[in-house]
Amino acid sequence: MTVARLPDAGEDRAMSLYVKRVIVVASVVSMLSSAALAQIWNSPGLPEEEIKAMPPGGEAPRRDLTGVWDAGFAGIGIMEQEAEREAARAPFTPLGEKMAQRNKPGNGPRLAPVGEINDPLSTLGDPSGFPRLVNYELRPLQIARTSNQVLMLYMFEKRYRVIWTDGRALPKNPDPRWYGYSVGRWEDDYTFVVETIGMDDRTWLDNSGDPHSTDLHVEERYRRVNQNTLELTVVITDPKVYTKPWTMRNRLRLRLMPPDTDLMEMIPSASESQAYQRVISSQTKSQ
Amino acid sequence: MRVKLLGIIVSAVGLFVAPGPAGAHHGAATFDTGKEVTLKGVVTEWIWANPHCFLKFDAKDDTGTMRNWAVETQNPVSMTARGWSRGAFKAGDEVTVKLEPVKNGAPVGRILTVLLPNGQTLVAVGPQPAAATAQ
Repeated sequence: MTVARLPDAGEDRAMSLYVKRVIVVASVVSMLSSAALAQIWNSPGLPEEEIKAMPPGGEAPRRDLTGVWDAGFAGIGIMEQEAEREAARAPFTPLGEKMAQRNKPGNGPRLAPVGEINDPLSTLGDPSGFPRLVNYELRPLQIARTSNQVLMLYMFEKRYRVIWTDGRALPKNPDPRWYGYSVGRWEDDYTFVVETIGMDDRTWLDNSGDPHSTDLHVEERYRRVNQNTLELTVVITDPKVYTKPWTMRNRLRLRLMPPDTDLMEMIPSASESQAYQRVISSQTKSQ
Repeated sequence: MRVKLLGIIVSAVGLFVAPGPAGAHHGAATFDTGKEVTLKGVVTEWIWANPHCFLKFDAKDDTGTMRNWAVETQNPVSMTARGWSRGAFKAGDEVTVKLEPVKNGAPVGRILTVLLPNGQTLVAVGPQPAAATAQ
């Protein structure tokens, strides 16, 4: 008959120390592996179901937009939004009408056949420009900040914008740039308002070929609704081209992605555009 | 105006049939929407690029003529979300491609599905499959 021997006090302490070590090691391994699981490389964005079903995640932090955000299909600007935007768009002025007729877009109510598209972004490899970057092909973006700037880092084009938050005024008669000149301010603890002017008029407002002049003024309102949700509203004011201001993005909902998400590149390069023109577009012209 | 309105209605109906981010670069005007052609062929090239990826393959058409087809999908980001990849095809792969051809009769079109040699089917249109989005 075997009798179990009770450990003496010394053995008991050694055993207790051993168990503690095992627990600590297991916890560290578990933390490391869960951290490794959360580290995402080359993400195309959140699955649509996750965007729709995401919980609020708690109260919004004060004066903080930082994080990686994704609006899903709604950000890309799929066909549903073309009709919506067309309904929201203010009528063209006579000059605006003339400018719109020159643009042969691949989407929207004035869409042209593939072989006739003259979209500077997809056929020439020109920059998307602002505000097109937030109106169409708004793929995931990271928002970061420094002591005097908010930085918008876009997956599409792997492009960035600098929003100055140091209280400076917008420049007078600036030299036009693809992405204009932006300043931002907190209207309240949860609403960040960005004003942008000085955009190059070679760019379109969207994939539907809506034009703009260098007098364009854009207001973006970012409202942090809760921890996981940001809403974006974009108002277009361009009296040379549109008869009144109009809302191009109306409370577009963006969702917070995991903090260690690495995003895919989505760069419309000139050589890739040319290959597409050569192989596909050139063969689709009407006969 | 009536024609334009009709166009919008037709587009809206098409949209209802095929939801998803169809054509962030271009709409479906050039394609013979609704017509489906299924071709069995051999891959010559798979281009993983913006604004659209495209697959080139040799296949006989309904007259028995061998042609080199070029058929497009959406861009790499949208296709990754659907489980496609840069390595999805290699030259020499035997594939069965269901596609929507262009209206002018050229060997060009838009991919609907591709049946791979291993029996797997890649889907290029319609709602994004939830399972394919994990990285």
